[in-house]
Amino acid sequence: MSEFSLSALAAQLAAKQVSSRELAQTYLDRIAALNPSINAFITVDAEKTLAEAAAADALIAAGKNGPLTGVPIAHKDIFCTDGWLTTCGSKMLSNFVAPYDAHVIQRFKAAGMPSLGKTNMDEFAMGSSNETSFYGAVKNPWDTARVPGGSSGGAAACVAARMAPAATGTDTGGSIRQPAAFTGITGLKPTYGLVSRFGMIAFASSLDQAGPMAPSAEDCALLLNVMTGFDPNDSTSLERDKEDYARDLDKPLSGLRVGLPKEFFAEGLNSEVAAAVEAAVTELKKLGATPVEISLANSQLAIPVYYVLAPAEASSNLSRFDGVRYGYRAPDYASLDDMYCKTRAQGFGAEVKRRILIGAYVLSHGYYDAYYLQAQKIRRLIADDFSAAFEACDVILGPTAPGTAFRLGEKSDDPVEMYLNDLYTIPANLAGLPGMSLPCGFDSQGLPIGLQLVGNYFSEAKMLNVAHQYQRVTDWHKRLPPLGEASGERR
Amino acid sequence: MKWETVIGLEVHTQLATQSKIFSGSSTAFGAAPNTHASAVDIALPGVLPVLNKGAVECAIKFGLAIGATLNRVNVFDRKNYFYPDLPKGYQISQLAKPIVEGGALKIVVDGEEKTIHLTRAHMEEDAGKSLHEDFHGMTGIDLNRAGTPLLEIVSEPEMRSSAEAVAYARALHTLVTWIGICDGNMQEGSFRVDANVSVRPLGQAEFGTRREIKNLNSFRFLQQAIDYEVRWQIETLEDGGRIEQATVLFDPDSGETRMMRSKEDAHDYRYFPDPDLLPVKLGEDWIEAVRAALPELPAAMQARFQSGYGVSAYDAAVLTGSRALADYFEAVAKACGQGKLAANWVMGELSAALNKAELDIAASPVTAAQLGALIVRIQDGTLSGKLAKQVFEGLWEGAGEVDAIIDARGLRQMSDSGELEKIVDEVLAANPKSVEEFRSGKEKAFNALVGQVMKASRGKANPAQVNELLKAKLQN
Repeated sequence: MSEFSLSALAAQLAAKQVSSRELAQTYLDRIAALNPSINAFITVDAEKTLAEAAAADALIAAGKNGPLTGVPIAHKDIFCTDGWLTTCGSKMLSNFVAPYDAHVIQRFKAAGMPSLGKTNMDEFAMGSSNETSFYGAVKNPWDTARVPGGSSGGAAACVAARMAPAATGTDTGGSIRQPAAFTGITGLKPTYGLVSRFGMIAFASSLDQAGPMAPSAEDCALLLNVMTGFDPNDSTSLERDKEDYARDLDKPLSGLRVGLPKEFFAEGLNSEVAAAVEAAVTELKKLGATPVEISLANSQLAIPVYYVLAPAEASSNLSRFDGVRYGYRAPDYASLDDMYCKTRAQGFGAEVKRRILIGAYVLSHGYYDAYYLQAQKIRRLIADDFSAAFEACDVILGPTAPGTAFRLGEKSDDPVEMYLNDLYTIPANLAGLPGMSLPCGFDSQGLPIGLQLVGNYFSEAKMLNVAHQYQRVTDWHKRLPPLGEASGERR
Repeated sequence: MKWETVIGLEVHTQLATQSKIFSGSSTAFGAAPNTHASAVDIALPGVLPVLNKGAVECAIKFGLAIGATLNRVNVFDRKNYFYPDLPKGYQISQLAKPIVEGGALKIVVDGEEKTIHLTRAHMEEDAGKSLHEDFHGMTGIDLNRAGTPLLEIVSEPEMRSSAEAVAYARALHTLVTWIGICDGNMQEGSFRVDANVSVRPLGQAEFGTRREIKNLNSFRFLQQAIDYEVRWQIETLEDGGRIEQATVLFDPDSGETRMMRSKEDAHDYRYFPDPDLLPVKLGEDWIEAVRAALPELPAAMQARFQSGYGVSAYDAAVLTGSRALADYFEAVAKACGQGKLAANWVMGELSAALNKAELDIAASPVTAAQLGALIVRIQDGTLSGKLAKQVFEGLWEGAGEVDAIIDARGLRQMSDSGELEKIVDEVLAANPKSVEEFRSGKEKAFNALVGQVMKASRGKANPAQVNELLKAKLQN
C-alpha cells in the first residue's frame, strides 16, 4: 500500500478493489504499530475514522465519489475539528474539543476523505523541531534519535512512515517545507490567501498558510485542488477562479528559467545539502531548464524581521487563551489577575512564552516604531526583491534548510541556532509567495535532503510541474525509512 | 482668580445594524445571557472577523452628515488588554487611520450659536458585560453585547461649560438618531458619553490637566458630573493642590466623581494593524450612494422651516429636535397651510399632552392629519382657540375626527350674528355699571363685558365678532 500514490488509491477505491474502511483500517493498524515510537499523532479515534470511511464507501457505492473520495488523510492538530480534541500541541488546549470544523476540514470532509487523526506539532506551531509540543517530541522515522523538523513534524513523520497517505500542514515560516525536507516527503505552502485560515488556530495571521504534505508533487496537486478556494469567513481569503493544480504536471520544462539566489548558496549551508541541490539543478538542466543566478539581497534580514512580526501577531493572537471561557485554567488562584498569570504560566510552554514576551515588547509604547514598523518596511523590501527576481526567472530554487535533521535536544538550548533553520523558508512567508520542498537526495548519514522551490504569486501549478518532472526522473520521494520490525511493508 | 472650563467629549454610539460588526450574531438588546454569542463572539480558537458593511455605511452616513473627511482607506487595529468580558484579549478598533476625521456640529446655548469641531470618529466593537452580582464571589460574563458595532465620536476640547457639553451631546444624539445610525437609547447604553474635563485660569493659552469622566448615560448626569468635577478641580487648585491625569467615575447617588485609575495605571494597549482584516476601502460610488440616500439634515430643515413656514429660529430648532417631531410638524403644517399655528400647536398643546402622558411623538394618539384638520377649523372661524382645545381633548381621547367631535359636542363657534347680538344686548342690559365705567374711560370694563358675553355664549361666540359688536353698541 505504501507505494501507492493518492491517484492510485483513489482508482482502487473507485474500482471497488478496496473499500475506504479497509484502507482506513490498514492505516490505523500501521499507526497502532508505529506511532508509539514516532509519536506523530496526538489523537487517533478509530471509531470516528471508520465511520467517516463508511460514509465515503456509501458515496462510492452511490457513484457520488470525487477524485479522492475514500482516501484517508491526517490533519495537523491546529485545525479545529468538530467533536475532536484540538490541542494545537499545547497544555492550554489539552481539554478543548472543537465545536466546529475549520474550512480546510470542511473541504476534506466534503471531498469524502476520512480523517486518520490529529497530528503532533510544535506548541501553537512555534518551533522548527517539534520538540516544543506538550505531547512530547516527534521522532524522525529515518532516525528516531533525530527531530522530524517543525512545526508540522507529526504530519511529516506520519507521511514519511506511511502511517497516512497524506497530511495537512501549516506554514508560518517554513513549518511545512522544513519538516518535509527533514523526512523526505513533498510539501507545499500556497500563496497567502489561497487556503482559508478559518478554524486554523492562528500563530501569525499575516504569515500562516495551510498546505498539503504527501510523498509526491502529484499528490500535493490533488490535495491542493481540495484545499483551496474562497471562504467568506476569512477576510484575507482570495476570491479567484477555481483552478486545477494538476493541469500542468506533464508539461516539459524546456525553456524554464530557474533562479538560483546566490545568498542561499553562501555561508552556513551544509556542503552535502549544497551538493544535492546542485545535482538537482543538473537534473533539471537535462530536462531543458536554464539556471539563472539571481539575488535576494534583503533575504538575509528575513529572520530578524520574522522574529519581530510573527511574535508581535502571536502575542495578540494568543491573548484569548486566558482560562476564562475554554481550555486550561489554573486550579488555584487568588484573584482575576492571579488566575490569568497562573493559567498562562502553567498552560504555555517556554517557547510560546518567549515569543509572547518578544511580541509584547516590540509592540509596546516607545519600541513599536523601531521594531514593528521597521520590520514591516523590510518585509516590503524582501517582497520587492522577489518581484525583481521573477523578471529574470520562472521559479526560484535552493535548499529548503541549511542542513539535515538534527538530533533531539541538539538545538533546544539555543533558540537563535534553532531559528536559523528557517533561513531559506521564511522569505516566502514574508512575501506571501508559494513555496515547496521536495526530496533531492540523502546525506552521508542517510538523512533526507530537501530542495525548495519558490514561485511567483499563484504559480503553484508551475511549481508542481517542475517538481513532478523532477520526480519522474528521480526516486528520492519513493524511498522509505528503515522502520525495523514495526514496518510490515518495508522493502 | 477666574477659571475657564475646557471640555471635550468622546461618545460611544451603538450602530443600529441587525448583526454584529464582525459576526452574524444579532445585536438585539435584552436577550438571555450569551444567547447572542457565536463562535466568533466568544473568540473560539481559529475564528476570524468578517466586517459588516452595514456598520461602515453608518460611519459613512455620519461623516457626510457632519461634513467630515472620509478616509478612503481606513484601517482596523487591535487594542490589546485582558479582561474577562473582552473574549479575544483585544478590541478591534481604529487608531491611526479612522474612517472619519474632522467635521463640525452647531449648538445653541442661551440663544448663541457655536460651532463644535470634531476630531474623528472611528468604528470599533463593543465588549461584553461583567455581572458582579448574583454569582456568590464570582463574576458572570454575558457576551451578547460583545462585537456590537460602535462609532466612537471624539470632539475637540471646544466646550466651555457643562451647558455647552450637554447641548453638544444633545445635538449629536439628535443627529445620530436622525440619520438612523443609532437608536439613541441611553438607558440601554446605545449612547454613552465620556467627558474630558480640565480648568485653566481665564486667558491662559495652555490647557490644564484633564480628568476623564467615564460612561455617562444621561444628559442630566453629564451636566451634574461636569459641574461637580469643575468645582472639585477649581477647589483643588485654589487650595494649592495639583490635578493628576486620571480616569474617574460619576456616582449619581452622591453626585460626586471618584478616581477609577491614575495615569500611572494606564494600559499600554500595544496597538497594531489587525492582520485578520484588510484595510477598508471606500469607493466614490458607495459614498455617493450613501449621500443620495441621506435624509434632509436638521440644519437644512431648520432653515427651510424658517423660510417656508415662517417659524422663528428658536421654534425651528425645537421642531427639529428629532426627525419624528420634524416630520410630524411638517405634516401638520402641510395639512393646514398654517406654519406658525402648526408650530404653536405642536410645541404647545401637543407637546404638553405628550409630556404629561410620557409618550414619544411617534406614539401620539393625535395624528398629524387630525391636528392639521383642527387648525383648519380654527382658521376658518369654526373654532375659537378655546373651543379648539376642547376638540383636541376629544382627539386625544380617540373620540373621532375633528368635525365629528365638533358636531357631537356642540363646539361650533356661534356664526349667527343675530343670536350673538341678542346675547350682547342682554349682557349690556344686565351690566349697566360696566357700561357706565367704560363710557367714563375705563378700558378694563370693556374686557369684563367681553367676558360676560363669552360666558353667556358658553364659549362659542367668536371673540373678534364680540369685540366688534360691543364696540359698535357702546359707541351708540
